[in-house]
Amino acid sequence: MPFIPHTENDVKEMLATIGVSDIDSLFDEIPAELLIENFDGIPEALTEMEISRLMHSRATRDGSPLSFIGAGAYEHHIPTAVWDIATRGEFYSAYTPYQAEASQGTLQTIYEYQTMITGLTGLDVSNASLYDGASALAESALMAVRANRRTKSKRILLASGVNPVYQKVAAAITGCQGLSFDRLPVDKESGATDLDALSNQEAVVAVVVQQPSFFGTFEPIDQLTDWAHAKGALVIAIVNPTSLALLKAPGDWGTEGADIACGEGQPLGVPLSSGGPYFGIMACQKKLVRQMPGRIVGRTTDLNGNTGFTLTLQAREQHIRRSKATSNICTNQGLMVTAATIYMSLLGHQGLSRVALTSHRQTANLIDLLTQIDGVELLFDGPHFHEAAIRLDHPVTSVLQALAARNILGGYDLSRQYPEFGNALLVCATETKTQADLDNYASSLQEIMSEQKVCDV
Amino acid sequence: MSDLPEDLRYTSEHEWLRQEEDGSVTVGITDHAQSALGDLVYVELPEVGQELEVGEEMAVVESVKAASDVYSPISGLVLEINVDLADEPEKINIDPYGDGWIVRLQSPSNIDSSDIMNPDSYQAMLDELEA
Repeated sequence: MPFIPHTENDVKEMLATIGVSDIDSLFDEIPAELLIENFDGIPEALTEMEISRLMHSRATRDGSPLSFIGAGAYEHHIPTAVWDIATRGEFYSAYTPYQAEASQGTLQTIYEYQTMITGLTGLDVSNASLYDGASALAESALMAVRANRRTKSKRILLASGVNPVYQKVAAAITGCQGLSFDRLPVDKESGATDLDALSNQEAVVAVVVQQPSFFGTFEPIDQLTDWAHAKGALVIAIVNPTSLALLKAPGDWGTEGADIACGEGQPLGVPLSSGGPYFGIMACQKKLVRQMPGRIVGRTTDLNGNTGFTLTLQAREQHIRRSKATSNICTNQGLMVTAATIYMSLLGHQGLSRVALTSHRQTANLIDLLTQIDGVELLFDGPHFHEAAIRLDHPVTSVLQALAARNILGGYDLSRQYPEFGNALLVCATETKTQADLDNYASSLQEIMSEQKVCDV
Repeated sequence: MSDLPEDLRYTSEHEWLRQEEDGSVTVGITDHAQSALGDLVYVELPEVGQELEVGEEMAVVESVKAASDVYSPISGLVLEINVDLADEPEKINIDPYGDGWIVRLQSPSNIDSSDIMNPDSYQAMLDELEA
């Protein structure tokens, strides 16, 4: 579609046609006291050259450290072809097109993406993505409340290993609609949800289980799923898509499977890039499809018998249902999804399994090395995926600062969110880390720990 | 010209009501409403045993182009829902006053309140809409 700018005359003519004097009067229903003339604290405009220089200098501050931080966003190798293809002119747009059916290639890409996500999650339907993993949890919770009205509850029970940031975001998004989130306690030995806490729980509309947990440990997904279903609650799975190449799909959890799965799509071909843009994954069982927010692309047959793709189940979207829509924040992350689809196509199931397995092994190797250091121990027993919590014998902050001075990002400081675990640090190694990288981290940590011990004395 | 059975009562939201012999009230949407919505693909029903207030959302009827709320025209307890609509929502298109009924309510109030129209008044309203 060509871009046709409006001339001054066009604008005058249009205003005259509808009998309005100027463009501002189209907005005169906004009370004058709500209009802001000047934004305090926003500096004067910079020239392109100035802003480009400023941004380059800020970007340089990030440096290129060796990162062992996971905690929800994961550094994986992205084949060059992924973004070479994703940034071709035909794909390079953040949105699904307004005349969606005129863009068959875009719709087919989304359809292929949905097919891959249903394959990974073992569920029937996927949408075309949401903003990110945390908002996908909020949407999943709202969806569960709509779909499970018979419980007359808006209380959501979280397994102990749900990402604490997801809980905050979900509570912020859904709080005004009366949803509340309670967290089950963690078993201090295993790092999984303490199942003893399940007795004497009041009515809940849904139970959220993150697998692998935020601590990298494994939750008793089958028990939690069956318990939730027996209580009349729906089960929302939060999953890492890379891990699903190896782990049990949410559709197979317990006797009946999880009802909804959501998660952060970033590990599938999207760079860390200081925190975004990422994309949210969302899939569900077919019986819930009409409560699923966002766009869904379907495959169909046209008048001439050719296969074609079309947006489907739109009747509940915001452009038709307005305030009654399933969601009003369901813009999908089209470009990220395009990259993820290409990433998954290039790797295939085997490739994704190898990424998952190598990440798991590198993390196991890292943990072996780190726990040999005096003053370092594993926080939780049992298996891990590609992330594990360790405990240090002195404060995490100073250790992380010393590591950063050596260009190493040593992990996610758990002691801020979970003071009960003591000096706990969450570390992650993906397939991007070589044995030399692991050795570098371990020897640096050892030196820092012994130096700081001397200081402490 | 849409079909308006004489023995029913109608609302401005295009619902119909039938007073049953046992005192309960059956509710559905009018022929005009089904025709305006087009082919229905899904109907969301209330729960049996649910208490509805006048004007409360009672059901959602979804066609390929729109999803619309059906508001309860009277207050009352949901006695029965038309479970056939789950698999055959098109019953509302084919037979809106018969097989396409939506819910049966137990209501303490008389359906002949001021907001409820007889066929002539409803027809007059439709004529005005089309004018």
